[in-house]
Amino acid sequence: MTDTPKAPRWALWLPLALFLGFVVLVMIGLYHPADRNISSGLVGKAMPQFDLPPALPGRPGLDSKILANGKPHLVNVFASWCIPCRVEAPQLGELAKAGIPIEGISVRDTTENLQGFLEQNGDPFQRVGADDDGKVQLALGSSGVPETYVVDGKGTIVYQHIGEIRPEHLGLILEKLNEAKQ
Amino acid sequence: MIAELGLAALWLAAALAGLQLVAGSLGLTVRGAVLGGAVRPVAMVQGLLALLAFACLIYVFSVTDLSVKLVALNSHSMKPLIFKIAGTWGNHEGSMLLWVTVMGMAGGVVALVERRLPERTMLATLAGQAFVSLGFYAFLLLASNPFERLSPVPAEGNGLNPLLQDLGLAFHPPTLYLGYVGLSIAFSFAIGALVTREVGPAFARAMRPWVLGAWIFLTVGISAGSYWAYYELGWGGWWFWDPVENASLMPWLAATALLHSCSVLASRNALRAWTVMLGVVAFSMSMIGTFLVRSGILTSVHAFAVDPQRGTFILALLAIYIGGALTLFGLRASTVTEGERFAIVSREGALVFNNVMLSAILGIVLFGTLYPLVAESMGAKVSVGPPYFNPMSALFAVPMLVVLAVGPLLRWRRDRFARIGRGLVIPAMLVAAAIIALLAIGGVALLPFLGLALAVGLGWASLLPLKGRNLRRTPLPIWGMVTAHFGIAVALFGMSSESAFSVEKLVAVKVGEITEVGPWGVKLDAVEPVAGPNWTALEARLLVRYGADGTVTRMLPQSRSFWAPPQQTSESALLTRWNGQLYAVLGGEAPAANGKDAASGPVSDDDGARWQLRLWWKPFVPLIWLGGMLIALGGALALAGHVLADLKRIVARGKIAYRRERQGR
Repeated sequence: MTDTPKAPRWALWLPLALFLGFVVLVMIGLYHPADRNISSGLVGKAMPQFDLPPALPGRPGLDSKILANGKPHLVNVFASWCIPCRVEAPQLGELAKAGIPIEGISVRDTTENLQGFLEQNGDPFQRVGADDDGKVQLALGSSGVPETYVVDGKGTIVYQHIGEIRPEHLGLILEKLNEAKQ
Repeated sequence: MIAELGLAALWLAAALAGLQLVAGSLGLTVRGAVLGGAVRPVAMVQGLLALLAFACLIYVFSVTDLSVKLVALNSHSMKPLIFKIAGTWGNHEGSMLLWVTVMGMAGGVVALVERRLPERTMLATLAGQAFVSLGFYAFLLLASNPFERLSPVPAEGNGLNPLLQDLGLAFHPPTLYLGYVGLSIAFSFAIGALVTREVGPAFARAMRPWVLGAWIFLTVGISAGSYWAYYELGWGGWWFWDPVENASLMPWLAATALLHSCSVLASRNALRAWTVMLGVVAFSMSMIGTFLVRSGILTSVHAFAVDPQRGTFILALLAIYIGGALTLFGLRASTVTEGERFAIVSREGALVFNNVMLSAILGIVLFGTLYPLVAESMGAKVSVGPPYFNPMSALFAVPMLVVLAVGPLLRWRRDRFARIGRGLVIPAMLVAAAIIALLAIGGVALLPFLGLALAVGLGWASLLPLKGRNLRRTPLPIWGMVTAHFGIAVALFGMSSESAFSVEKLVAVKVGEITEVGPWGVKLDAVEPVAGPNWTALEARLLVRYGADGTVTRMLPQSRSFWAPPQQTSESALLTRWNGQLYAVLGGEAPAANGKDAASGPVSDDDGARWQLRLWWKPFVPLIWLGGMLIALGGALALAGHVLADLKRIVARGKIAYRRERQGR
């Protein structure tokens, strides 16, 4: 015959100790929220070299040299078939209104669809380059559309935004553009 | 008007919870004993008021009253009615209101029917229940008022996450909530028993129906949630060890352990302190789970209502309740008198083993869920997935399953293996046969291998407690135990088979093309647009055939686009046969293979287009959920058995009292 498991006195306080440990742990987590943004390996590097043909008639294509003209740029990778791109269109419109030059890279698209998309959702772009085989998208290390890059006047990538720009991201983007000015 | 009525009812309910706490606590003292009589009626009225508040919220959702902020944020006038109603609890505030409603109602029912325990213990229990409710009322009223008005009134609501627009999901959270709240009653009983030092069989019997009920709902909720993730996410998996899933699994593990230790305490008056401890832990796990999900402290695919401030509030509640309960436990547990003794080889011994293993698995899941947080506080980023959880939990699950086959055959107090050895010959032979068959098939990984072999043996062994019994006279709880244990074997077989024998195929096919997956031939017949109430979709018509001469069946997977808010989901199509499921997902149109095609665009002429199809053949996968349902059914049988016995006893007691009165004694 053995006893019913009769725990020593200190063991009765063990659950409380473990629980307090848990509370301390989550307090640290709550008050020092970790950086949830996936940091990009491209930040701080020069924009890869490319020269994309025009995607729209009457609008220049995108040569990466133009990005090093001394002013910060936004480079937006998008497509007419991408739904989140519609979601971010108003935010891009606002940035364009604020006088920020926005360059587009349209991925695997047709002129017709592209025109329809811009008519529907507004057209913030100065130049739109056609990346028909997605090679530039790959060179940019972009895994999907939309993605947006903040590029400084020397053509160096300051920030990579993965996914659509939501209204709450506008502040972040503007801050990064300011950083790029310096 | 209705919204204000709801808010008023909620405030009143909160005030009554305060009264219940004060009256219940004072009722324990000599001078306040007169207040004790008020506690039970107050508990019942509090439950009814909470119910009224919840009914008001359902009403404003069902008429889409957009002047209520919560409705404007989470509903839409064009949503089907059933989803409008489900939208009531599909958000943070509504789900918290559902929580307090169920909690209040459960407290009311306890106050109404539970007469077995000494009245002092009942007062402490109901006061404890009120104490817990009070925190949640404060949380609702101060930090997340569901009835807040909005001005100006918007023209249209913000919709509901279309991924959540699904019948399974509409009823999944409430099911889990019923489980969590049932555990809150067990928690209150544990507090009541600790405060009044009344830990014994009567306490276990009073607590058991609530634990059983909670456990049934948790089982159903977890199975349903897993099936939802399986067909709705379109990834072909059924369990992802996601923090949200773990948050529902941990209370289940604790409740399972509690259930078994409860039955030891009820029948043998042993494991006293341990049972009380588990009562506290089980509810703690539901609260910790809720906290982890709601505070957004862990990133998860299910994340909703992520808000650090709310997180802080729930954390404060957690610290007060669980910290308080564990302190009480530390102070009182040593004065809980020792229970009955038993030998290692005995029913109690097997149940203790089961408890230790379940607790170990619980610890592993909790540690794995929290580890990313630990790593983060040290500056590293990690994610913990199946490579940790699967082998680590199997380490304890496998011995537990072996004991599960033997334990129910053992006698209470003391037994010998020799006595039951002969009964286990057939299960052992089945396991051996399964091992030989699996070795002959070859290529099965270790865990599914063990799972399949164990499942076969356990399936037989779980039925052995019925051997030699008169089946008509076998008590319902025994039937419940056998059904639930058999369900474990069935689910285990499904899980192992899915992981051992699944065939996956990702193809890009043109219309008219035939592809093969496992024993199936799949032909893409057409891709057509279809429209629903608030979505449009591309629907693929697949003609599938099992083997060379099976009949041709149609499957219709869709790729759906919702417009408010814009979001794309894939609706998988499932075809169930007795021996498994064929699972089909329509991806997008395949991007053109090279630059020349791309120039003509992805939306080119139809006959050249290729469509991405993802196909799985999953042998015996439905057994996972069939097993889950059997486990829940077993729980329901046991619950029915216990409740019927209680009713009989109450009726008999009434008759005896009546006779005594008539005889003038």
